[in-house]
Amino acid sequence: MKLDSKIPAGPLAEKWTNYKASQKLVNPANKRKLDIIVVGTGLAGASAAASLGAMGFNVDIFCIQDSPRRAHSIAAQGGINAAKNYQNDGDSVERLFRDTIKGGDYRAREANVYRLAEVSGAIIDQCVAQGVPFARDYGGLLDNRSFGGAQVSRTFYAKGQTGQQLLLGAYGALSREIARGTVKLHTRCEMMDLVVVDGRARGIIVRNLVTGDLERYAAHAVVLATGGYGNLYYLSTNAMNSNGSAAWVCHRKGAAFANPCYVQIHPTCIPVHGDYQSKLTLMSESLRNDGRIWVPKKKEDAESIRAGKLKPTEIPEENRDYYLERRYPAFGNLVPRDVASRAAKERCDAGYGVGTGFAVYLDFADAIQRLGKDVVEQKYGNLFQMYQKITDENPYETPMMIYPAIHYTMGGLWVDYELQTTISGLFAAGEANFSDHGANRLGASALMQGLADGYFVLPYTMQNYLADQIYVGKISATTPEFDAAEAAVKQRIENLMKNSALRQAQGPASLKTVDHFHKALGKIMWEYCGMARHTESLTKAKKLVSELENEFWKSVFIPGNANEFNPELEKAYRLEDYFELAQLVIDDAMHREESCGGHFRTEHQTQDGETLRDDERFMYVAAWEYQGHGQPETMEKEPLVYEHIQIAKRNYK
Amino acid sequence: MKFTLHIWRQENARAKGHFETYPLEGISPDCSFLEMLDILNEQLINDHIAHPVCFDNDCREGICGMCGLYINGRPHGNDDGITTCQLHMRKFHDGDDIWIEPWRAKPFPVIRDLVVDRSAFDKIIQAGGYISTTTGGVPDANTIPIPKHKADMAMDAASCIGCGACVAACKNASAMLFVGAKVSHLALLPQGQIEAADRVHKMVCKMDELGFGSCTNTYACEAECPKLIKRQNISRLNRQWIGALFGRDRK
Repeated sequence: MKLDSKIPAGPLAEKWTNYKASQKLVNPANKRKLDIIVVGTGLAGASAAASLGAMGFNVDIFCIQDSPRRAHSIAAQGGINAAKNYQNDGDSVERLFRDTIKGGDYRAREANVYRLAEVSGAIIDQCVAQGVPFARDYGGLLDNRSFGGAQVSRTFYAKGQTGQQLLLGAYGALSREIARGTVKLHTRCEMMDLVVVDGRARGIIVRNLVTGDLERYAAHAVVLATGGYGNLYYLSTNAMNSNGSAAWVCHRKGAAFANPCYVQIHPTCIPVHGDYQSKLTLMSESLRNDGRIWVPKKKEDAESIRAGKLKPTEIPEENRDYYLERRYPAFGNLVPRDVASRAAKERCDAGYGVGTGFAVYLDFADAIQRLGKDVVEQKYGNLFQMYQKITDENPYETPMMIYPAIHYTMGGLWVDYELQTTISGLFAAGEANFSDHGANRLGASALMQGLADGYFVLPYTMQNYLADQIYVGKISATTPEFDAAEAAVKQRIENLMKNSALRQAQGPASLKTVDHFHKALGKIMWEYCGMARHTESLTKAKKLVSELENEFWKSVFIPGNANEFNPELEKAYRLEDYFELAQLVIDDAMHREESCGGHFRTEHQTQDGETLRDDERFMYVAAWEYQGHGQPETMEKEPLVYEHIQIAKRNYK
Repeated sequence: MKFTLHIWRQENARAKGHFETYPLEGISPDCSFLEMLDILNEQLINDHIAHPVCFDNDCREGICGMCGLYINGRPHGNDDGITTCQLHMRKFHDGDDIWIEPWRAKPFPVIRDLVVDRSAFDKIIQAGGYISTTTGGVPDANTIPIPKHKADMAMDAASCIGCGACVAACKNASAMLFVGAKVSHLALLPQGQIEAADRVHKMVCKMDELGFGSCTNTYACEAECPKLIKRQNISRLNRQWIGALFGRDRK
């Protein structure tokens, strides 16, 4: 495997302009002869399909939900960053670029991040033209707020439902193309395999989730926009059906997987409360604009609170420890997510946690006093309502309890500057690729990246690839490669179902559900490869995951059969992939003997508990290549070259 | 807590459905409704009693619109302004009987058990529920100032999650609140004016064609909407529709 990042020559600020000026194009009459498959209908997938369809390509788009509007981008709450400088507070493309590189702890590719900052403004223009109802001030112009890791207000938002509104904008654009016939929509369909012909991605095998039928689709290029693999940890802020399988089958077929150990843990989620719990709900980072995070200063107060003898409102100001404001006076409560998460864990591990012991307070009393309840309600009303419905506590009267949870994966399929993976013709966009966030993503940057990839990057770079594909003609789905891929999928499903049929005959005692194993896997990963990692914990995790996988094959039970609507089977094949992915995440975490961003190795920290990078040994992207089930993967390094930015210690103090 | 569940079981779209009764014990009041169903399914699988109960769900935080159960005669159950996934068992009494059904409306055929096909909503949007823009070539965002109260009203209408509770709640299975919300969202914004007349005409025709019923102004839809979308959006839809009928500049 040879990694070529294809970064265009020239000064950083001119690379994208130069690329566009010299890339190959496809003439309008030829576009309709070219077929493109897009998998996933979130921000990246929907925006890519809508843009490519409008340009005249033939697009087929697939999602596992009943409608493209359900993709998990819809749940993003806080906002989307853009270097518009509407607030006149000193923002610029350069500033957004620097914040993103620094936020990612100097582990992202300069050229990609610069391009992201460069197109960010156009995203807002596009969304407003589509009718996205962003928040406005009384003069009718767009309003902004602040997010972590920035000292300017560059975040555009639509109440606490920004992801929903942006996705509905992209869904509208997509719907228009579906009506025009340039895009064909396939709902309740899951990608099961990638078909590679002569080294190029030429199609996919999908399972119709209603009938269980396997179907084939052929195309000149495939775009993967299937999100991240946070559900590896079972409890996360991801949707129940979000999964890493589509990216993983591409990895098996030869696409390199980059930086899998970079997992983002979001500091403000509603804490875990029981074993039956199925997911963790995020409380938007925007709350940290006005909410103050604290725990009791005295251990005995924390103990009394946990025992239910003391209420948080009864603790006087001088006995509260606003630990983020104390440790990071420059950024205060708006430090980046990884920093805020670790600080919460540090306090709870030291015995100052509240609730079950694994929670801290997010307090709005000051904000309510300063701004009035009405203003706070207007800004955060829907989040407060959501909190109250889940916890049965009123956050206007008592502080919210929060704790970090798995939220986003910076790692993903390795892509070059054109967002093409190591398989020709296979592109990856949005959270599914690894490209822009380094070792930690800043808040409100996921929406920006998803839409940048779909609206403004892929429509250019894919043409560069497709230009010579006009000579190939229609791709056939009846070739031996398609036969083999479909047969392999069939075999895989049969293996899972066959075991279950045998097991049913043996009687119920030995059987366990897919969820049982998924929960166990999540616990192992959270405990030993979560917020803090250590050689020993990782060694242990590796062993436990292998044992659990063996146990899974011995006693998992999937009811029903493969040729029907069968959610248990869906969960089973996704979990099968997670077992392999978990091993890779652990291996990557093990090999990276430094701390950076979301990856915290306890052996590598400063005296005051901050991450300690090792730029000499680890300033590279780790791209892993699949070697077969149970085999250790091989790793290629893509060195990160910083020509423009001054490398510094990441400091938010 | 202890419950007796009566759940609609139906193997596929063509099969005849029926209610099945399952007792369930040891449920925490802090458990969500869908987590309660997870626990039931875990037991059904472990005990080989039956195929687990199929129900749609995804984000489990009230925004994707995927979940939707008819619980004791109310879409999304006995609480206001929430989706099924946000309903918690503390809203029930120990020992309650709980009747769980899928959305019942002709345009939403059952796929299995509690799962229905809502692609009719996508088709209505495809008929015109958007502003026609192609990527690029649009003006700077701040060249279109919009009065704050208009933008806020548009946002409220746009917060529809497309779950279908309005249709399920309506005795006529009318989709007027869903269509009204989208028409209002776009009609309230200057960007949406250009296609407004065409949009309302096409969406209403598509809604009728797909078999959704008429609105008889009982507002069950408004009462059950998890996002509290107001019936004023239906009035606006009607005004837009009349305007479109008499407008001279429509094709």
